Amino acid sequence: MAPRGAEDGDRLMAAAPIHIAGERLMLDPSGVLHWPARRLLCVADLHLEKGSAFAARGQLLPPYDTRETLARLLPVLRLYAPRRIVFLGDSFHDAAGCTRLAAADRAALVQALAGIEVTWIAGNHDPAPPIGLPGTAVDDLCDGPLTFRHIPVPRAVGEVAGHLHPRATAPTRAGAVARPCFVSDGRRVLLPAFGAYTGGLDTADPAIAGLFPRGGRAFLLGGQRLYSFPLAPRRSSVAMKVESHGGAGALPLLAGIKLRNG
Amino acid sequence: MRTLPEPFAGWFAARGWTPRPHQLALLDAATRGEHVLLLAPTGGGKTLAGFLPSLLDLARTPREGLHTLYVSPLKALAVDIARNLTAPVADMALPIRIETRTGDTPANRRARQRETPPQMLLTTPESLTLLLSLPDAPAFFGGLRAIIVDEAHALAGTKRGDQLALCMSRLAALAPGARRVGLSATVAHPQALRAWLSPTARPDDVRLVETKGGAAPVFDLQLPEGRLPWGGHMGLASAPEIYRRVADARLTIVFVNTRAQAELVFAALWRLNEDALPIGMHHGSLEIGLRRKVEAAMAEGRLRAVVATASLDLGIDWGDVDQVIQVGAPKGVSRLLQRVGRANHRMDEPSRAVLVPANRFEVVECVAATEAVQAGELDGEAPRPGGLDVLAQHVLAMACCAPFHPDALFAEVTRAGAYAALTRRDFDDVVRFVEDGGYALQAYDRFRKLFRDAEGMVHVRGTAVARQLRMNLGTIVETPLLKVRLRGGGVVGEVEEWFVSTLEPGDCFLFGGQVLKYERIEPAAVIVSRGGDGEPRVPVYAGARMPLTTHLAARVRAILSDPRRWKHLPEPVQEWLRLQRLKSELPPRDGLLVETFPRGGKWFLVAYTFEGRLAHQTLGMLVTKRMDRMGLGPLGYVGTDYVLCIWSAFEPRDIDTLFAEDILGDEMEEWLADSSMLRRTFRNIATIAGLLEKNHPGAEKSGRQMTMNSDLIYDVLRRHQPDHILLRATRAEAAQGLTDVARIAALLARVKGRIRHRVLDRVSPLAVPALIEEGREWVAGGAQDALLAEAAALVADATDGAEHFAETLAEVTDTLPVRGTSVARDRRRSKWRRAAPKMVTG
Repeated sequence: MAPRGAEDGDRLMAAAPIHIAGERLMLDPSGVLHWPARRLLCVADLHLEKGSAFAARGQLLPPYDTRETLARLLPVLRLYAPRRIVFLGDSFHDAAGCTRLAAADRAALVQALAGIEVTWIAGNHDPAPPIGLPGTAVDDLCDGPLTFRHIPVPRAVGEVAGHLHPRATAPTRAGAVARPCFVSDGRRVLLPAFGAYTGGLDTADPAIAGLFPRGGRAFLLGGQRLYSFPLAPRRSSVAMKVESHGGAGALPLLAGIKLRNG
Repeated sequence: MRTLPEPFAGWFAARGWTPRPHQLALLDAATRGEHVLLLAPTGGGKTLAGFLPSLLDLARTPREGLHTLYVSPLKALAVDIARNLTAPVADMALPIRIETRTGDTPANRRARQRETPPQMLLTTPESLTLLLSLPDAPAFFGGLRAIIVDEAHALAGTKRGDQLALCMSRLAALAPGARRVGLSATVAHPQALRAWLSPTARPDDVRLVETKGGAAPVFDLQLPEGRLPWGGHMGLASAPEIYRRVADARLTIVFVNTRAQAELVFAALWRLNEDALPIGMHHGSLEIGLRRKVEAAMAEGRLRAVVATASLDLGIDWGDVDQVIQVGAPKGVSRLLQRVGRANHRMDEPSRAVLVPANRFEVVECVAATEAVQAGELDGEAPRPGGLDVLAQHVLAMACCAPFHPDALFAEVTRAGAYAALTRRDFDDVVRFVEDGGYALQAYDRFRKLFRDAEGMVHVRGTAVARQLRMNLGTIVETPLLKVRLRGGGVVGEVEEWFVSTLEPGDCFLFGGQVLKYERIEPAAVIVSRGGDGEPRVPVYAGARMPLTTHLAARVRAILSDPRRWKHLPEPVQEWLRLQRLKSELPPRDGLLVETFPRGGKWFLVAYTFEGRLAHQTLGMLVTKRMDRMGLGPLGYVGTDYVLCIWSAFEPRDIDTLFAEDILGDEMEEWLADSSMLRRTFRNIATIAGLLEKNHPGAEKSGRQMTMNSDLIYDVLRRHQPDHILLRATRAEAAQGLTDVARIAALLARVKGRIRHRVLDRVSPLAVPALIEEGREWVAGGAQDALLAEAAALVADATDGAEHFAETLAEVTDTLPVRGTSVARDRRRSKWRRAAPKMVTG
């Protein structure tokens, strides 16, 4: 599990720059995206109140997920002091989630968002705007060359999206290590899910790999920094590549982030 | 000789049988209304002894309603006993109905059983819990006269045993007159087993009936032709000798230690099988229908040999086995006896067994085990206290049956031996956990599952809760498994999901004795076809290997340290030990020998601890953490059953500090908090306690999702409520020996001040097996970031930092292996070694 705890107060974390549609974006190891030119912070898939959503159907998960997610988010907000924050959808686990927010959590969130322009992008879990929280609700947001939306659209360019909870498995000499990650190919960037109870979908899953037919790069979240690995293009394109090398030997191993059903 | 009343006397006489002394002893105990534990080796007519008093009682005074409840750890055993009992009951025309009730019983028969219960019901702990959670349980069990627990030694001390113990406490409340009868193999701790069975938690309230085995088993040690292997555990070098022995006997069980070993030994035997002897295989991952076929073929005498794992350890006799071959080390004395007992099921003749050690250490272990059997010593742990997760499940089940008062339920629960030491605080916390999650943050008031009325009675809220419980009853949490299905054919068995995740389409693996080619994965099934090229892999299963027992470890140590006891060892092993004495020294009986030597640019430390693989893995983690603090740059370690081997960048010094008792303090805390073992334990506990669901009405979750969720929940709960009852239960269970921490503590205390440190200039003869052992551990979770940095740097080197990913991929792909398990080939690069010491810390 990535040690991205609330007490990472010293903020020695190094964000990594990428360029999408000519814009320089910073990927933060906490899992948020910062657009310095607009002082815009973007965070995806908080799934707040997921615990209580499960409790409502009889599974009494620990009710601390919202508290934990906010404990991770608020220091990042303070650090970047953005002009605008974009919640990239699925901010609440279900449509009624915002009504179950504990008073203390609600107050903390409202206070942290004071003075910031707040945009709630609709997600499949929370299609309706949150009640009682500041900000405006939209289906998607276009700003300059970039489009912020919850569910990525095939062949889009300049897109910032969430929804898929990308997670990649990197081979290391001590075995595979799986972490939530950003994924980008220079045309779009997928954000990792930020919520405390959000799982991940492996980047090799067709739902993610299909968005990056020419391959891309996964940025795995770490305690202090991101770890970047190439994401293999879809197999067909690798095979073509090998042929063009014309080598007589065995096929090079397909690697980078491993294909995995996960 | 006393005789039985008719028609039993006639029935026995017609078979030329006379009642055995222990059968009569159990009859007497029943007449006096005593609870009784029968310890007998297999083949002593144990099951009949358990049922005889009930049969006599029902023959004398026929009645309706449930009279005798039989509980077995195996579904198949319950079904088989029912079949075996039905014959005499029919022969003697007794007015007794015998039925089974397991997870496989069709719904209409279950309903009929509730309407008109049979006199004898044969079931499993899970099905019994389910029956007890029904509102009509008091009426159903009210007239119960006897509870027979079969294979009690295999249940006590496990979670299923906890579950059964709680059920028996409830049955004692519903039917105070019911006698308890425990049937067990001979065990090392009869007192503890009596306490477990006792309705008062006191051992003296259970009469002990013990029958001694007849002739002691006769062991042969079988070594391979040619050189004795240094390492490996499969024993394949002895395949020709095993095959020859199979050919010479009528029916052989070839016992192995793991399912992977079963596949390999089976394949090796068939490669030699020029006579086309019918040789079968039996292990727990084969499809149940296939296993039944093998069992039936054995029973009918159509097989000459079966390669089997622990799946044949328990249960009834499948045919007339005249030879047992144990391939690989026996790992425990009781286990070996149980296996040997499968041969020649007549108590008056000695069983014949052949031990086939796979390497030099295993030779010593085999000899040690043989000596222990001859000395009549047994091993095995005493049952541990009952788990709080099982209690949580039971509390909800009892609430589903009827409202309860906490005081009354607490009294009932603590009458079970496994829960006699339960504190009221833990009990109350468990009830609160079931009620509303037991969280300090009271967020779930409106989602509570239980409510209390004015009299303090606890009620279950709504029928949905009961339905949810019944779908999730049970204490067996499976590793996520995938069915193996032949393309256009049937299911041949199951493999673990993670194994499949290491396969690429076209890879082949050995399963069920055939080479299968992996084609694709479908929801909950792996699609394969027969055949395939290349070296097949063998699926391995988590936790499959048994660790060496403490008792056997002590015997191995004693043999090694005393050259006078080497005379039973084969010559190559004696020579090996003599060489060790010359080059280094022999591991002392009570102290600890630690060798250090340089090799290949690294320093190796080999500690002859003999505490079993699990304990060594934990110890390796703790010692490397300390080495790291001391700046010794530990790089990795491997634990075998006998030794711990660590390699480091710098020469290990101050060995006393490395093995000081206080590594169980700070290093332990650090290790425990993030260990995957604790996460796994939490996942099991959370599932059994009902926090995580195996099944939800309407939506079944995959095992994989459960794993992921439990890790996230563990992290959040640990941060926000570290003293939550489930975390307490997790830590308690981890400390109880699943981690073998107790063995480590005992070891460190034993060797304190008696550590012999030998600095050698090269590897010693005894250390060789450890150096070629597979299953090395590099680092634990905490070092993941360092590893990622290392891997990312490697990729960056290869891509020269290029941001144009696709173009440089061809080169990159050459640098990283597909399987993602190791980049070991590239480790020779010097920059890796320099970076390494940091990696272990993370």
